[in-house]
Amino acid sequence: MEEKSGKLSENMKTLKHKIRDLYSRAPLLGWLLGALVAVVFEHFLGDPLADILGLPKIPVLFGCVIMLKKPLLIPSVVIFVTLIYILPISVIARLSTVPANRLAAKLLDFPILISVVVHLSLLYATLYMWSEISAYRVLTLKLTLIAVILTLSLNVINGYMGEFSCSHPGFMALGAYAASTFTVVLFVNDKLFGAALLPPWLGPFMFPLALIAGGIVAALGALAIAIPSFRTRGDYLAIISLAFMFIIKSMIENLEVVGGPRGLSSQPDYASLPIVFLWTIACIWITNNFVRSTLGKALSAVRDDEMAANAMTVNTRRTKIVAFLFAAFWAGVAGGLFAHVIRYINPGTFGLQKLAEVLAMVYFGGLNSVYGSIVGAVSLSLLGEALRPLEIFKWIIIPLLLILVMIYRPTGLIAFKEFNVRNLIKPKRQT
Amino acid sequence: MSLLRVEKMSHDFGGLRAVNSYNLEIEKGQIRGLIGPNGAGKTTIFNLITGIYKPTEGDIILDGKRVTGLQPHRIAAMGLGRTFQNLQLWRHMTVLEHVQMARYSRISYGLIGAFFGTGKRNREEAKNEEKAYNLLKMVGIVHLADQVVINLSYGDQRRVEMARALAIEPKILLLDEPTAGMNPEELIQMMEIIRQVHKELGLAIFLIEHRLKVVMELCEIIQTLNFGHVIAEGTPEETQNNTEVIDAYLGKEAVD
Repeated sequence: MEEKSGKLSENMKTLKHKIRDLYSRAPLLGWLLGALVAVVFEHFLGDPLADILGLPKIPVLFGCVIMLKKPLLIPSVVIFVTLIYILPISVIARLSTVPANRLAAKLLDFPILISVVVHLSLLYATLYMWSEISAYRVLTLKLTLIAVILTLSLNVINGYMGEFSCSHPGFMALGAYAASTFTVVLFVNDKLFGAALLPPWLGPFMFPLALIAGGIVAALGALAIAIPSFRTRGDYLAIISLAFMFIIKSMIENLEVVGGPRGLSSQPDYASLPIVFLWTIACIWITNNFVRSTLGKALSAVRDDEMAANAMTVNTRRTKIVAFLFAAFWAGVAGGLFAHVIRYINPGTFGLQKLAEVLAMVYFGGLNSVYGSIVGAVSLSLLGEALRPLEIFKWIIIPLLLILVMIYRPTGLIAFKEFNVRNLIKPKRQT
Repeated sequence: MSLLRVEKMSHDFGGLRAVNSYNLEIEKGQIRGLIGPNGAGKTTIFNLITGIYKPTEGDIILDGKRVTGLQPHRIAAMGLGRTFQNLQLWRHMTVLEHVQMARYSRISYGLIGAFFGTGKRNREEAKNEEKAYNLLKMVGIVHLADQVVINLSYGDQRRVEMARALAIEPKILLLDEPTAGMNPEELIQMMEIIRQVHKELGLAIFLIEHRLKVVMELCEIIQTLNFGHVIAEGTPEETQNNTEVIDAYLGKEAVD
């Protein structure tokens, strides 16, 4: 009996190794190609296949919602997901290994930018085709991308700098209101602000300016926290930043100019999927550049030993303030995007729950890691949506998961890992 | 003109006078030592010179410029490198990153370069990396460049501190017990490194030591500190034979 089970686990192990061997050489390009084919499949074959399997429609989030609502449909969902996603992705990634590797190698002959653009276009095409299926997917995708920006920027403070900041919803609110005011005043005929000041066709072109303005307002707010709290280390920042979040919330509640507690609506529909995607990529790129430069690594030095950093010529105060404003800027941009995606904001949105969400994403994904933030934001956003049918129990399962991660990986899933674009997109050689 | 001059520097911790009217002059290329029993105020003097504490009284002049009261990073950038008594390394960073970090004050690409990864930044970082590798070679840990420092042995960690302090391109190097906790073999290697650094870079070195063998062999002039006062100053032989020093620090028996 024991021998048998031993043999079984042995077999499982060799199977695992075989699978790993099969796919170890598939470069990112191959996987993206597979994903693209899968979503194209879904686009054309999804509806008929769902019909055949007795599903009401194409499962929006890989069937999680349907499975939780109607357990009887689980087999159909599993078949659907296997046929539409798993099979095409795995087959194409495997089959395309050799040409994809060759292509990836060829692309790297040119400046790295070209290869990056090719990968990103593939990624964008995949996301676009996937989100085409329903408006719900588009919304989920946009909110997930915004969550990536938020998480990444908070990771700069809570991870790289090692301080504990609670003011991200406040920065987000500042950015959201500033960007909304900008666009609504200039380009919308609105009850609150009156007629548009500029022709509406200009709007989409000015939208980046609105977001940057939102980011700058948030950064100015951050300066108000940074000046008093960076004189010392410790819990001061956590307390001051928490207070800041509540101050911003009640300030907006009492500002009738921007709608007070009723909120601000009628933002124009500028935050389309490509715009949100591009801003997210910009955020990842700039943040990754920053944390990999010596100026950015100085944050880690300050976190690990501030006195030594200071003695090694690092201007610690400037380093901390720059990073804090940088993070606040991106939180503001995320807020601006958020406002134009939902097209309605009220002060209640930017409260403790938002804070808990972002903090969870940072600590779940992993401190000090751009990878980790992306993984944390994407997985928790999608999980939050997938578990929606459980209603209140969702808020038991997600924290439980977080606790488990904290027990087994105290710094998060993928912590302290450098996000090296070149390694990510390079062809894989036989090992 | 002396490279580093400290004039009548005093420092109080609350009501306690930790350092009393301390004077120091170090010439270019000189190696000086500072000895004294535990709690005599040796590390406090280092912290005062490097700007971590502000002296209650007195002046510190580095290479002709008054640096009293400046931020530690400004003083360091003016040419003052130091190591710490109880290793103060950055536990999540690699050896190479440590040495590169100490070149912070020489970075000129600014935030634009940091955010957008400009060509200037890449060139500067590459240059810094090369310099860092050279220093690692000098202290003999180039093979550990990509290791995270906490995985290193104690002796190697001390070498990282040394390389990091040298990366500032200091004119004067302050070593706070550079051989503390080392085994005899590591000790000899460290002394060799100090000599080499002194010879090749022409640095002035000011060191605190507990092991008399090190101070006696390396230093030209030794100061002895007790309760914040300098009780003796002189060559190793003079110090060894000074009765006050023997009473305060070495004990009644002779040095080995």
